[in-house]
Amino acid sequence: MSFLNGIAASSGIAIAKAYRLVEPDLSFDKKTVENADQEVERFQSALAESKGELEVIRDNANKDLGADKAAIFDAHLLVLSDPELISPIEDKIKTDKVNAESALKETADMFIAMFEQMDNEYMKERAADIRDVTKRVLSHLLGVQIANPSMIAEEVIIIAEDLTPSDTAQLNRQFVKGFTTDIGGRTSHSAIMARSMEIPAVVGTKESTKQIKNGDLVIVDGLKGLVHINPTPEAVVEYKEEHRKLEEQKAEWAKLVNEKSVSADGHHVELAANIGTPKDLKGVVENGGEGIGLYRTEFLYMGRDQLPTEEEQFESYKAVLEGMSGKPVVVRTLDIGGDKELPYLNLPKEMNPFLGFRAIRLCLEEQDMFRTQLRALLRASTYGNLKIMFPMIATLDEFRQGKAILEEEKQKLISEGTEVAGNIEIGIMVEIPSTAVMAEQFAKEVDFFSVGTNDLIQYTMAADRMNERVSYLYQPYNPAILRLVKMVIDAAHKEGKWAGMCGEMAGDETAIPLLLGLGLDEFSMSATSILKARSQISQLNKKDMEALAEKALHMNTAEEVVQAVKDATKL
Amino acid sequence: MVQKQFKVTAETGIHARPATMLVQAASKFDSEIHLEYKEKKVNLKSIMGVMSLGVGQGADITIIADGSDEQDALNSLEETLKKEGLAE
Repeated sequence: MSFLNGIAASSGIAIAKAYRLVEPDLSFDKKTVENADQEVERFQSALAESKGELEVIRDNANKDLGADKAAIFDAHLLVLSDPELISPIEDKIKTDKVNAESALKETADMFIAMFEQMDNEYMKERAADIRDVTKRVLSHLLGVQIANPSMIAEEVIIIAEDLTPSDTAQLNRQFVKGFTTDIGGRTSHSAIMARSMEIPAVVGTKESTKQIKNGDLVIVDGLKGLVHINPTPEAVVEYKEEHRKLEEQKAEWAKLVNEKSVSADGHHVELAANIGTPKDLKGVVENGGEGIGLYRTEFLYMGRDQLPTEEEQFESYKAVLEGMSGKPVVVRTLDIGGDKELPYLNLPKEMNPFLGFRAIRLCLEEQDMFRTQLRALLRASTYGNLKIMFPMIATLDEFRQGKAILEEEKQKLISEGTEVAGNIEIGIMVEIPSTAVMAEQFAKEVDFFSVGTNDLIQYTMAADRMNERVSYLYQPYNPAILRLVKMVIDAAHKEGKWAGMCGEMAGDETAIPLLLGLGLDEFSMSATSILKARSQISQLNKKDMEALAEKALHMNTAEEVVQAVKDATKL
Repeated sequence: MVQKQFKVTAETGIHARPATMLVQAASKFDSEIHLEYKEKKVNLKSIMGVMSLGVGQGADITIIADGSDEQDALNSLEETLKKEGLAE
């Protein structure tokens, strides 16, 4: 047995067989063939097998992910039936007497090059489609297995270099028990997905794909950030026991599902959940969320080839508002750019995407897109307790512009005879240090703040959160961050407004005592962290935490702060 | 041989799903079917051919069918275009 160290990205323990989601070796030699007809037949049967596979994948996608996501596989199937692709390949085999692999590769490469040369982002993506289906046919010609995540039918642990949103969209939650990746950190996409899927994950192991083979027995320890490969029977027994204890503890926490979140000395805070789609509501309700503190609407825009319509958006917002039955729902308007791209918007590549044209900056420029979203939100507002939040606000002027556009759309809807709720709060994410510093001025105009710590930390420390070499600078407990958070909370309270937090930090057991002490009103986190946080808060004295936070603000380093929290709370 | 001209009304032009639907519809017929746009002519049974044209909103396109079931093919494609709100 051996083990790998990584970053504990999603807690829990999983024991299952490995399933590698990695690029297979599809190399081959160009050869001449004696019997061209036989070679064409070999090609045709590889085509048929590929089509059969794609049909299964499409049907699964249709069932699990909806017709929209399944459509891409219909297009793939058509590529495999495309006479302009297939005939030239067969002709090449016959006239040049070459093996099917090279005829396929050479012909497909011609088309790929053609699509890649087009100056339209959408067309360029078609090259990826052709590459995808070519790979599938090649794998059948070579007798190599390629990964088909949507066809997994037994309990597995996914082993990958990294997981993209489209990879995770294909994963079947019923069978995927955990995953481990070579790269990534606590706030990378794969980690966030693991927490929302409530499965254990260890990321950034550097060597998972190198060390783990298909079918190896793997233990993912999402608490300590360890991955065991082919563990001894004793280790398996130990981990099963630990898993059982975790389940017991979960059952204990589950008793708090209908309780309020109150500190030992009777101070109430709101524990809310971060969600990406209406599908996540189930987890929120099961974990006793007192609201939605962050609804990331960008998932509505991702994994498709055009903007979602007002109607589609309206349906999603309505579903979330109704699903929360009157509890607060903070919807963040489109936050795209940075690490989240939308190919169909044809935005130019930037040197510094995190500092570039993204989120509210993009929305204030692409107003049609922004107005469509706002209209959908306003129309849905009568179905629950909607609060609207603008991301990446750097200046008061940006907030005023966003609010003015919202107001215009509201008036338009009302004059069209559409009902709109009268009491919609409008707030901002505080992710940019300038906004935290100016919180007093902002507090006079916004209805609430929500601190987005992942970005606030990366901008304050000037450390790219995707870059592992500077990951030591991701320091939520650094007094610099705590001071900014305090400025935001104090400014809100001075104007009688509320302050929340929707970054990773809000659900972190070391940060919670400090945030409680600083007076944070709303903590929004992964749904799975809520009950644990509620249990922790019920044992903390707010008065004591105020003293602890005050001390922490004057400390010199993040390490000192962590030590002080440990001493004060027996963590 | 039969042919007919259409004006593309769909905001996204003939991309992705619309292209998929047209090719699926065309593939049901034996006739040779072509799509002409800006003096370029592609096989309408070829998804890559259709997508490579990059037909956008407002484009004038011509569908040409030639073969035993040419009129049925043209009618069926016209129906698909109109039903899906792609062109008129």
